[in-house]
Amino acid sequence: MSKNVYIAGVGVISAIGNNVAENLASLKNNSPGMGDMQRLESNHKGKLPVAEVKLSNESLCQQLGLPLHTSRTALLSTIAAKEAIENSGVTIKKYRTGFISANSVGGMDKTENFFIEFLNDNNAGDLHEVVNHECGAVTEITADHLGISDFVTTISTACSSSANSIFLGARLIRQGMLDVVVAGGTDALTKFTLNGFNTLMILDSQFCQPMDENRRGLNLGEGAGYVVLVSEKLAGSLDVKPTVQLTGWANANHAHHQTASSPDGTGNLLAMKGALKKAELNPSDIDYINLHGTGTNNNDIAEGTAIKNLFAGNYPLMSSTKSFTGHTLGASGGIEAVYSVLAIQEGLIFSNLRFETQMKELPFKPVTKLQQKEIKNVMSNSFGFGGNCSSLVFSKNA
Amino acid sequence: MYILSTSAVSPQASFEQMLKQPAIYEGEMLKCIEPDYTEYIDPKLIRRMSRIIKMGMAAAVETLQQSGIEQPDAIITGTAYGCLADTDAFLTRLVEFNEELLSPTAFIQSTHNTVGAQIALQLGCHKYNNTYVHRGSSFEAALLDAASLMQEGEANTVLVGAVDEIIEKSHAIIRRFGQYKENGNSSNLFNSGTPGTMAGEGAAFFLLSNQKNENAIAELIGAQTYYKTDRPASDIINHFLLENNVLVDELDLIIMGNNGDVKTDAHYNEPAQTMFKGARLAGYKNYCGEYPTSSAFALWMAVKMVEHGKRLNTETSPKKILIYNNYKLQYPSLYLLSAC
Repeated sequence: MSKNVYIAGVGVISAIGNNVAENLASLKNNSPGMGDMQRLESNHKGKLPVAEVKLSNESLCQQLGLPLHTSRTALLSTIAAKEAIENSGVTIKKYRTGFISANSVGGMDKTENFFIEFLNDNNAGDLHEVVNHECGAVTEITADHLGISDFVTTISTACSSSANSIFLGARLIRQGMLDVVVAGGTDALTKFTLNGFNTLMILDSQFCQPMDENRRGLNLGEGAGYVVLVSEKLAGSLDVKPTVQLTGWANANHAHHQTASSPDGTGNLLAMKGALKKAELNPSDIDYINLHGTGTNNNDIAEGTAIKNLFAGNYPLMSSTKSFTGHTLGASGGIEAVYSVLAIQEGLIFSNLRFETQMKELPFKPVTKLQQKEIKNVMSNSFGFGGNCSSLVFSKNA
Repeated sequence: MYILSTSAVSPQASFEQMLKQPAIYEGEMLKCIEPDYTEYIDPKLIRRMSRIIKMGMAAAVETLQQSGIEQPDAIITGTAYGCLADTDAFLTRLVEFNEELLSPTAFIQSTHNTVGAQIALQLGCHKYNNTYVHRGSSFEAALLDAASLMQEGEANTVLVGAVDEIIEKSHAIIRRFGQYKENGNSSNLFNSGTPGTMAGEGAAFFLLSNQKNENAIAELIGAQTYYKTDRPASDIINHFLLENNVLVDELDLIIMGNNGDVKTDAHYNEPAQTMFKGARLAGYKNYCGEYPTSSAFALWMAVKMVEHGKRLNTETSPKKILIYNNYKLQYPSLYLLSAC
């Protein structure tokens, strides 16, 4: 059984575009997606910027032919997963295909509306609005829409969720259980998460400044991102041969605190080290790190310290594309996997927007201008609540 | 894969108690009998933890203690609904106080990976940690990940389990879908002849190892799950037995997931009356109720039966057990277990 797993297609929807081409254009134009709240109806409107997908639920439903009560989390997921499959050129019906998705709060966008009436009267509230509350229910809407049934599951490890779904997909292909896996994640903005992060006092009331000495917190975003993983055999049979592989991955835990990273980046370091080992690469082989880089005090110092220790003196180019998309939580690993693949395919290092001042603890700073460069290996980091840390390595075919 | 130990927090006080005299429940639900948590969790932390976290922690810690393994190479959890009480607490306050005066505690503990994360935190375990949240196959996915990790050579021992809780509001919502009996009685669950079932909850953990050692209770020969197939049960089961080279005659016991709902029990009656005619059959949902990760309770029960049988060392104690559950007839799952 070949160990190689290829990326045959990508699909993405985020605040900076409704498809891969639009996302890439925004990344090239240094055009971020955050702004005043337009769609989410929250009291924090006008006070906390968010990175919203520009399409309404109505237009997403119409585009997909799904009913109006469908959770936005599922709508975003379906758009991106569908694009990934189309982009791959794989006729999924012909193969053993899996759909491994991830999200952090399932259909909460609908549940929080349901709760308003339900709290007054246990017999009130439209049940259509809670029927897709479970994280897995959201995944099933997409899987059923795409006609995938050989293997369907959902992972939820907060902000690292979709990185985990991607390596699980790769592992199951390597082990011969599946030929194709559509893997990634999705999350829609909800009042629940916005208020949750607000109580933790880690939201920036301005546009976020990841990896900056004067960073103030994160902006929440929404979206979905998926990659189509295929076996080497299938990759060889495609008209357009995939040029990027998923070569490394690892999952580790801080075991430090429920929501905070250990300041020395224990889990981050273990995840990055493990992913390099799996990929059989040295730190110096990494050309670009797509940082987790949320813009919070805690994440950026933990991640930065771990990079300082692992790459000691030989720092790759790095940037946080959350400066474009905001932090899309359960979707971020999927969206950033797509950007990592694009970085290799297009030979681009995306800019870390709004960066001003280097962090005093770190001997390096992120890339502040779009760069054109041949990229062989990209590391993509995803770290989350619960101490969950995952890193992926994408590599150009040798 | 070998199962070195298992522990559950369930509507039954213990396996021994369940054998002697199972706890019987009337009404709509079976609720967990909770242990003294101070035996398993740092007392300073107990007060802040919601019920599901404590249930999961107690089952996980007890499983580890019994296995003699201090730190597993991976911790993998399955939960369909996640931390409902914390989610409810935060959401209710958010609605009632119109997005003001919120405290972060409930939000922090509401994420689906909280149980797995708290186990890692207490153990100081920096290794692989993952959480599956796929409805009636959440536990199955966690187990599949464990097997796959071992196959990949990334783990020798894995702590894997599932946990789900009933809270007042989730029950109030689910009952509106007509899923529960009005006047249920767990002792008569399978013969009620009425639609609906009884709600359940629980936590069950297992210490899996890819190596057989003197502590091993049972070998998990096979585990399989499918997504939304309408194949008849006997077809699914036959295929599974064939793949694992086991004949029906070799099975000492078959544990089935019928839940007393006349609308769905026919699905289980079909193999019971055909391929399993004359075989030793048992249900388990009269002990734990119906919930998306109840198959973890079934596996706990099977392992405990094997363990108990080994102690008694009698001819009739089951050595090879098949479990078949099909939650909402959408996630058929099978387990084949053999005494070590």
